[in-house]
Amino acid sequence: MASEVHTHHGLGEAYKRKEDARFIRGQGNYVDDVQLPGMLYGDIVRSPYAHALIKNIDTSNALKVPGVLAVITGKDLDAAGLAWMPTLSGDTEAVLALDRVHYQMQEVAFVVATSRYAAADGVAAVEVDYEPLPVVVDPKKALDPDAPLLRPDKKDRQPTNQIYHWETGDRAATDAAFAEAQASGVIVSQDVYIPRIHPAPIETCGCVADYHSATGKLTVWMTSQAPHAHRTLFAIVSGLPEHRIRIISPDVGGGFGNKVPIYPGYVCAVVASLKTGKPVKWIEDRSENLASTGFARDYHIHAEIAADKDGTVKALRVHTLADHGAFDAAAQPTKFPAGLFHICTGSYDFKHAFVDVDAVHTNKAPGGIAYRCSFRVTEASYLIERMMDTLAHNLGKDPAWIRMHNFIKPEAFPYRSALNWTYDSGNYEGALRLAMEKIDYDALRREQAEKRARGELMGIGISSFTEIVGAGPGKHFDIAGIQMFDSCEIRVHPTGKVLARIGVQTQGQGHETTFAQIIAAELGMSPDDVDVEHGDTDTAPYGLGTYASRSTPVAGAATALAARKVRDKAKKIAAYLLEVGEDDLEWEPGRFYVKGSPGKGKTIQELAFAAYTNCPPFLEPGLEAVNYYDPPNLTYPFGSYICVVDIDRGTGEVHIRRFVAVDDCGTVINPMVVEGQIHGGLTQGLAPALYEELSYDENGNVLGGNFQDYLIPTAMETPSWELGRTVTPSPHHPIGAKGVGESPTVGAPQAIVNAVVDALAHVGVRHIDIPITPWKVWNILKEKGLAVD
Amino acid sequence: MSKHHISVTINGTVYEDDVDSRTLLVHWIRDGLHLTGTHIGCDTSSCGACTILVDGRATKSCTMFAVQANGREIMTVEGLEKDGKLHPIQEGFHQEHALQCGYCTPGMMMAGVALLQRNPHPSERDIRVGISGNLCRCTGYVNIVKAIQYAAEKMRASEQVPVSAGEGGE
Repeated sequence: MASEVHTHHGLGEAYKRKEDARFIRGQGNYVDDVQLPGMLYGDIVRSPYAHALIKNIDTSNALKVPGVLAVITGKDLDAAGLAWMPTLSGDTEAVLALDRVHYQMQEVAFVVATSRYAAADGVAAVEVDYEPLPVVVDPKKALDPDAPLLRPDKKDRQPTNQIYHWETGDRAATDAAFAEAQASGVIVSQDVYIPRIHPAPIETCGCVADYHSATGKLTVWMTSQAPHAHRTLFAIVSGLPEHRIRIISPDVGGGFGNKVPIYPGYVCAVVASLKTGKPVKWIEDRSENLASTGFARDYHIHAEIAADKDGTVKALRVHTLADHGAFDAAAQPTKFPAGLFHICTGSYDFKHAFVDVDAVHTNKAPGGIAYRCSFRVTEASYLIERMMDTLAHNLGKDPAWIRMHNFIKPEAFPYRSALNWTYDSGNYEGALRLAMEKIDYDALRREQAEKRARGELMGIGISSFTEIVGAGPGKHFDIAGIQMFDSCEIRVHPTGKVLARIGVQTQGQGHETTFAQIIAAELGMSPDDVDVEHGDTDTAPYGLGTYASRSTPVAGAATALAARKVRDKAKKIAAYLLEVGEDDLEWEPGRFYVKGSPGKGKTIQELAFAAYTNCPPFLEPGLEAVNYYDPPNLTYPFGSYICVVDIDRGTGEVHIRRFVAVDDCGTVINPMVVEGQIHGGLTQGLAPALYEELSYDENGNVLGGNFQDYLIPTAMETPSWELGRTVTPSPHHPIGAKGVGESPTVGAPQAIVNAVVDALAHVGVRHIDIPITPWKVWNILKEKGLAVD
Repeated sequence: MSKHHISVTINGTVYEDDVDSRTLLVHWIRDGLHLTGTHIGCDTSSCGACTILVDGRATKSCTMFAVQANGREIMTVEGLEKDGKLHPIQEGFHQEHALQCGYCTPGMMMAGVALLQRNPHPSERDIRVGISGNLCRCTGYVNIVKAIQYAAEKMRASEQVPVSAGEGGE
């Protein structure tokens, strides 16, 4: 399609996605779709025990299985110095267990065979002798003086299962505020457990590793949210030169944080390819994905608010016990062991706050990744939004009033929080007011009172969350030492068509569309004329990848600035061609013209052609630009959600009647894509509130290891979400955008929980831990005399 | 391992092969025939990413052996587009932004097609029931429901247009 027929230039348009063309035809290229000549298949022998010594591994029968070519054990890896790999949190994790397994489903051996089926036969034929050891699944018990020591390899911190103690804020001032509230105000406190959940993208993790001995080049097709960072880590761990490692993250079937870490299966596939000289494919099955790869949350929180009797909040005090599992493999910036958890003062003007976190090992899978949020902001937002409701209920105030009363005011931005974050911009009252209007809050409260009088249970829950996304800046934020900048490279071809490559990587976010729109807007052309590539480390500029809602805030900024560099050069060419000074030129979308002579001008396409055919002698030919962007601050998207629930007194079932979500992510690049992200994010907020939990029995057996036990919401459970929007641009982002992919996952759970608690607040209920199952509710109804047959 | 000779019609083409008795239909389609549009998302027939039509019925192809497909007629996502023209369900998914990562999309579209074949006038609830065997982690289902409604309308409208002579339809 010719670009000149388009009148739009990309930004703010519901431009249909470029990605769809291949996906709706079944022509996506996901890792398991990669088939190479001579390709072998790997499969993993995993531990049935949560904690055991390995006495012996006998691979002889496995090697007799037809099609099995090799069995790699921890001892084989140890000989090559690859038995252990670094985690993103400074711990070391076993690639294949040597003498001890630390959690059920831990990797013990890697079978290489000519087919998937032969590899599975080989796995079944490997004989491992285990000596079971006492199991610790409760993080509180992990700190008992007589608890079994789970990590004897960690010589630096023996003899304890504690990984770290971390604290932030002004303890003395916070304690003083609490002492004052004890005397003349109010204190509310609550224990809150945010259970272990799993991102569970519908595509599991996997890779195809292909090492060419002649060239020394290793190519790995990999389900990676951060291909460049993974390339560097592969180089450091394997010793292979980094320019001979190529990571290709092709189409990825959802990530949500699950595909940020490096897992043992990837490393084993690479080793197997080095050993056999053949490409080796390794694809997890669902049980392996749920039971062994990065989980999220698992925070045991005790929170307290000190307030005046009129409901004005003064101080927040939070203690958290974090269960990190067998290895500390939390994926977060190096200097932030509890991620951005200290955003927990939320949308409210607390004068003082103090937070501490103790992290421990247990015999559970390692992880501590995000599940669609920016480094523990969900935990933070959940606790403060629950606590604000507790405060409201204890004081007999309306939850909407308590929020309006304590919000950081619009004129207070940029706002420095008690825990030292500088919020860029916000209008929290505006978002909540819009949500209340959309759902007719006052009418709902009247209805609730009438229903309550009739004995019916209806609740209204509010969540007015503030997010923190878009890490860097690089001086504060790094992943394994690499600063969290991001990048874009733009090439304008002679005929004015554009190829752009970005350092982030899409797993469904739609970068090929939205980043094209950013460039199209900056250069005044149609997004049809801009193609965006990503995910191949041999071609894309270095970037830190897509997670923590950082693509638009960081790489989106790099993209806008790279496009502006292109435009700046085009301006010089225009001045030369039009024989005027640069200052004599005006820009309108797609064209420079001479001030006062609108007819005398050059389009961006003409300028691109000139860059290659008639370039000014004082300029380098060509029209390209690269930008590496280190953001000056994070961005702080926010929103207000209101949920209405009805509770069935016979079954304890929670029915979500309505859910209104007002989001503010600053400038919107593509409203269709933003709304799609919000729909999905809300559903991943609903999921942990009512359904998902990755639990363990006392022996460390995973109880949520498949999709029949780990309940992902279907279309039946998911309500029809109602959306609204306010726009408060980020003052420091080149186009004012803040990022949105994770806001709803962060904001939604507490709206639902607050609604359920609100329905039961009149009988003294103040909290119910998620997931709020019918069984939990029914027990409360029974205890309070509200259950009916 | 005993081998079985099978003959299966997929998207109008007859495929003949000798397969192991234990080979799953989805693995034969993907690895054997290189029709990789049909995906795998779980081991328990829960996610529906592998949904195809077998003799017109939505079927999870990870739950059938290839030998069980012998003599049957199958349609996969690759068979939706005909003569360069998208199927209304494909159009609907694009127009209504009913896909993000695209991984559940083929199975979801096939479930949608099966639903519309047996119920050309589905209510929102009918649609939600019809796709309740298919999991999506990205979209929250809102736009998938709209896409299937879009396809339903489009298919109903096209049925009202008289077919001109010489253009046979299915």
